[in-house]
Amino acid sequence: MAEIGHNVSLSERARRIRRNALRMGEVQGQGYIAQALGVADVLAVSYFHATSYRPEDPEWEGRDRFLLSIGHYAIALYAALIEAKIIPEDELETYGTDESRLPMSGMAAYTPGMEITGGSLGHGLGIAVGICLALKRKGSKSFVYNLFSDGELDEGSTWEAAMSAGSYKLDNLIGIVDVNQMQADGPSLGVMNFEPLAPKFESFGWFVQRVDGNDIDALVKAFDAARHQDAPKPRLIICDTKMAKGVPFLEARERNHFLRVEPHEWAEALKIIDAGAVA
Amino acid sequence: MRRSKYIRPEHLLNNGDRPRLTTSAMIASIAGPDQPTKPAPFGHTLAAIADRDPRIVGLSADLAKYTDLHIFRAAHPDRFYQMGMAEQLLMMAAAGMAREGFQPWVTTYAVFASRRAYDFICLAIAEEMLDVKIVCALPGLTTGYGPSHQASEDIAMFRGMPNLTIIDPCDAHEIEQAVPAIAAHKGPVYMRLLRGNVPLVLDEYGYQFELGNAKLIRDGRDTLIISSGLMTMRALEAAKQLQRNGVDAAVLHVPTIKPLDEATILAECRRAGRLVVVAENHTLIGGLGEAIAATLMRSDVRPAAFRQIALPDQFLEAGALPTLHDQYGLSTGKVVSAIKGWLDE
Repeated sequence: MAEIGHNVSLSERARRIRRNALRMGEVQGQGYIAQALGVADVLAVSYFHATSYRPEDPEWEGRDRFLLSIGHYAIALYAALIEAKIIPEDELETYGTDESRLPMSGMAAYTPGMEITGGSLGHGLGIAVGICLALKRKGSKSFVYNLFSDGELDEGSTWEAAMSAGSYKLDNLIGIVDVNQMQADGPSLGVMNFEPLAPKFESFGWFVQRVDGNDIDALVKAFDAARHQDAPKPRLIICDTKMAKGVPFLEARERNHFLRVEPHEWAEALKIIDAGAVA
Repeated sequence: MRRSKYIRPEHLLNNGDRPRLTTSAMIASIAGPDQPTKPAPFGHTLAAIADRDPRIVGLSADLAKYTDLHIFRAAHPDRFYQMGMAEQLLMMAAAGMAREGFQPWVTTYAVFASRRAYDFICLAIAEEMLDVKIVCALPGLTTGYGPSHQASEDIAMFRGMPNLTIIDPCDAHEIEQAVPAIAAHKGPVYMRLLRGNVPLVLDEYGYQFELGNAKLIRDGRDTLIISSGLMTMRALEAAKQLQRNGVDAAVLHVPTIKPLDEATILAECRRAGRLVVVAENHTLIGGLGEAIAATLMRSDVRPAAFRQIALPDQFLEAGALPTLHDQYGLSTGKVVSAIKGWLDE
């Protein structure tokens, strides 16, 4: 566990998550790389600061549940699960290949540490509500994280779930929404204006924080506040992230929902990421 | 009964003292006036088995009272979850609870589960083979409220969903037996619910529900009626009337629509010289009738003739249920006349 101001190790975790994601992206030559690079800091803080789990026993009853609602972010979660030693690193090269345990869209039945089958967007938050209710029935103190996207704010089911979480005062639920401002058809706010986002969730009975999702210190503070909040409310961390964060020539691409990267560019991207490595 | 907002129904306004049936007639029960019934067999049975099985929880989308789940809620208030009028959430939350080892029984109307929540049942529940039981009132044509409430195509939709078991029980006796069998079965189940005061029919035949098995309830030489749900009730009544007309009708009840008991169906259809009639409370498209037709074709079994009694491929009218059952051919009288007509062809 890192302390505020001493998060070098979390930065290094995030760097390795980016590296794992790039190596998987290279297997396909294209994919949801920009999302993975953008959300890497959020995953680093989630898996190496805020979440309890046992790498050798991904279904340990006492674990915090981490749900990936955004199925196509699987590449990002695999990168974190590899860093967390839940998935062996050598499986990385099988990403999205026939018979791999790492399909391009997340599937609970295939992958250790993948709690739900995502991909039909707008499912995660509602499933999280059910898990939260079940954990309370069992007297469990575990938290349920649901990582979802700004695009999923378009789905009505997200709001059904948000309202019920407030109604049931699910203080064991921590929603993490990745606001990277990019959807399949273009910038998120142009697809559907979901702002002002924080007041929407607050009015639904949530404790809401909004942070720079690429600022590890800010993320650590927000996750700590979410976990230690006394109010009987579900918690939301809105993370404003930058698509393709950490690889400037990919950050600069305008349409980067599904990135096509030239063969020679992968090595270049890895070189940039590796330059940030801690000796 | 073609209606239009542009034509004033003069014939209704100037018909003297002729009584008219109302839509709300039979709202709480599909039972006929003299039929023995049992109140809320689903709710009472679920409450009873939950006494012994702490995994069972109940969830509804603002329809507990109209799906007999209020009986369970009264018996186990801390195990009932109100999910609001939000069927997508209902299915997602049930998936979450099942992931944690509970056995959620969720109730709503069949139209909402099938049409509104399909994606959530499919991906969040069925794809992961989660142990969620989906019990839905107003299947097929069991309300006069019109297309918004009439789930005439629920089975067609759900038959296409892998992993899902589909049960269409006939009466209170069968519901009482099916509920514990469904609880003992591991995996997602969709059960069509008859609610309120539910007719009691199959007890007099010594019937025993077995998940996955079709049962020959009565034998007959001239025609074989294969039916599910409330149409088995109609088929048995029709068989009695046909007997008085010298027609010997067999009734094969198929409460498990999926997986289909193909062996029993094929064995019965192989018996020579019988008209095979499939009777279902469902559209002609994609239900029991087409499932059986395909089974027969695949197995090269050709009965003397094959006919279907089913709802038409239309949005159905609003009105009183007895009127509508007669109009669309599901009443006992219409079953009898249809079969007599086919036998005379």
